[in-house]
Amino acid sequence: MQKHLELSQVGISFPTPKGPFVALQNVNLSIAKGEIISLIGHSGCGKSTVLNIIAGLLKATEGGVILNHKEVNEPGPERAVVFQHHSLLPWLSVYENVALAVRQVFAGKMTKSQMQDWIEHNLALVQMSHARDKKPAEISGGMKQRVGIARALAMQPQVLLMDEPFGALDALTRAHLQDSVQQIQAELGNTVILITHDVDEAVLLSDRIVMMTNGPAATVGEVLQIDLPRPRDRLALADCPKYNHYRHQVLSFLYEKQRKVEPLPVASAKASQDKRLVKDEVRA
Amino acid sequence: MIIQLKNPMPSSAIASWQPKLRELLRQGSLTLAGLAIFVLCWAALAENLQTSLGQFPGPTAVAIQFKALVAEHQTEKSREELFYQRQQERLEKNPEAVSRPYSGRPTFFSQIQTSLQTVLSGFLLASLFAIPAGVLIGLSPLSYSAANPLIQLLKPISPLAWLPLITIVVSASYPADGLLSRSYLVSALTVALCSLWPTLINTIVGVSQVPADLQNVSKVLRLNWFRHVRAIVLPSAVPMIFTGLRLSLGIAWMVLIAAEMLAQNPGLGKFVWDEFQNGSSDSLARICVAVAVIGLIGLLLDRLMLSLQKAVSWDKSVQLR
Ligand SMILES: Nc1ncnc2c1ncn2[C@@H]1O[C@H](COP(=O)(O)OP(=O)(O)OP(=O)(O)O)[C@@H](O)[C@H]1O
Ligand SMILES: [Mg+2]
Repeated sequence: MQKHLELSQVGISFPTPKGPFVALQNVNLSIAKGEIISLIGHSGCGKSTVLNIIAGLLKATEGGVILNHKEVNEPGPERAVVFQHHSLLPWLSVYENVALAVRQVFAGKMTKSQMQDWIEHNLALVQMSHARDKKPAEISGGMKQRVGIARALAMQPQVLLMDEPFGALDALTRAHLQDSVQQIQAELGNTVILITHDVDEAVLLSDRIVMMTNGPAATVGEVLQIDLPRPRDRLALADCPKYNHYRHQVLSFLYEKQRKVEPLPVASAKASQDKRLVKDEVRA
Repeated sequence: MIIQLKNPMPSSAIASWQPKLRELLRQGSLTLAGLAIFVLCWAALAENLQTSLGQFPGPTAVAIQFKALVAEHQTEKSREELFYQRQQERLEKNPEAVSRPYSGRPTFFSQIQTSLQTVLSGFLLASLFAIPAGVLIGLSPLSYSAANPLIQLLKPISPLAWLPLITIVVSASYPADGLLSRSYLVSALTVALCSLWPTLINTIVGVSQVPADLQNVSKVLRLNWFRHVRAIVLPSAVPMIFTGLRLSLGIAWMVLIAAEMLAQNPGLGKFVWDEFQNGSSDSLARICVAVAVIGLIGLLLDRLMLSLQKAVSWDKSVQLR
């Protein structure tokens, strides 16, 4: 495997009033070019922290990240981030939001009209051309998320980092955007790292699923290789035994091996856990 | 009307207009009712209030004085015209003659104009300082820690305390025959010094509260300092900055009147003071006219800032009032 993105012995501790809090420890991960990786784990285990370290928004206190033989120590557009809450600039139109990124990244490399074409192209990629002059407040949550993706793609990043990009969306919109991400990635071949809470999403999209142990001092627990042919079709997969096997492995990691010890009365904790399982079954 | 016939509004537009119109009518009639009650109470109170200058003026007396003030203004203006006309004639006959500016008594309306000019220049001065300073202070926690105690200390100082200092400093450092008159400068500087605080503080708060997500966008894009400030910080702080500007303008107007009264600087404040010293039987009514006009101008200035605030505010979910 050609070395592309490498996390070695990454650890981070946050200073807190009660002394340093070790959030991550010994995180090792080697990611090939064009791979889609999802990070999955219980809430608060440190997924966002891993992503932010790769993005350069947080500095690891131990170990480091290497992208194409260069150490990552500050944020940059070659590692574009799709934020959980879209984070579009509310005073700019859809077009202007993407334009801000394009003008910054391609200043001096593209002419004005080339930039215009490139912005339009990326909006078309996420099917948002029709709303180009609208303000973020005037479009739906799913549309905002798509514009956030367009903005990230327009930077032509080597690595696309997505923090629960579809977490706040309804199931239909989410399915639609998952398909777009698959398609776009197949076209452009970016490396994608995606945080998700959704087991189906992880299995559907990933080449590998990185499952994280619970914090504090969280680390990579298991890595699951997903050998399903692409393009993947959610309907066909629903009946595929291999697919269900993968789902089962992730679920058993999350709910058996890394079962979250919650400070709830035993009975209700058990009940809520059962409910979660049932819900997952229904979705499958 | 014709346009409407050619291009009839969709029924939904009409439907959305009607409640608006009804709301407008309701608000209008309630405003009038409030005003009417106020005037009636005033008239009743005034009748029973004896002062050293005679009876306290009621609405009619004040209206009469308002007319008188308008008339005075018109006579003064025609006198001025006459003066310049005669001077012109004299100059044509004898080019050696000295030409002088007209030096008549300032009327009520010219005092209004002076006050408006002074308040706007003082406010402008304050804003030109407060917004950039607020941005710089708000962006750096270090300078914030240094500046904040100072701001809290200076903010509550009354205009009356600044005035003597400013007067002395101006007369020491500014020539008496400068382009701007000293009294104008003193008033404007006092206004600026007292009114800059809300703008400064709101700008600091607005600038330091840029959401972390937007700051991360800026970092990922590697925006340099200037672009970061221009593209992310300023637009994000605009609603707060304008809230501050509006408060500042309100304070500026209040401070100006007080400063004019105390320092005998030209303007509405001086008009009130002169009438108070004058102590004729009409003085009270004339002061009442001035008080009403001061209130009215304050209201208009606030409405002006409000519409400006609405125009630049990108956050349409916030209801500005
Ligand atoms: N700046 C910080 N200071 C102190 N502790 C922090 C800080 N940032 C994160 N943490 C802690 O690090 C741990 C991991 O946080 P992180 O946000 O990465 O979790 P996550 O896996 O993304 O959770 P979620 O799925 O809920 O988003 C948490 O326990 C959190 O409290
Ligand atoms: Mg997170």
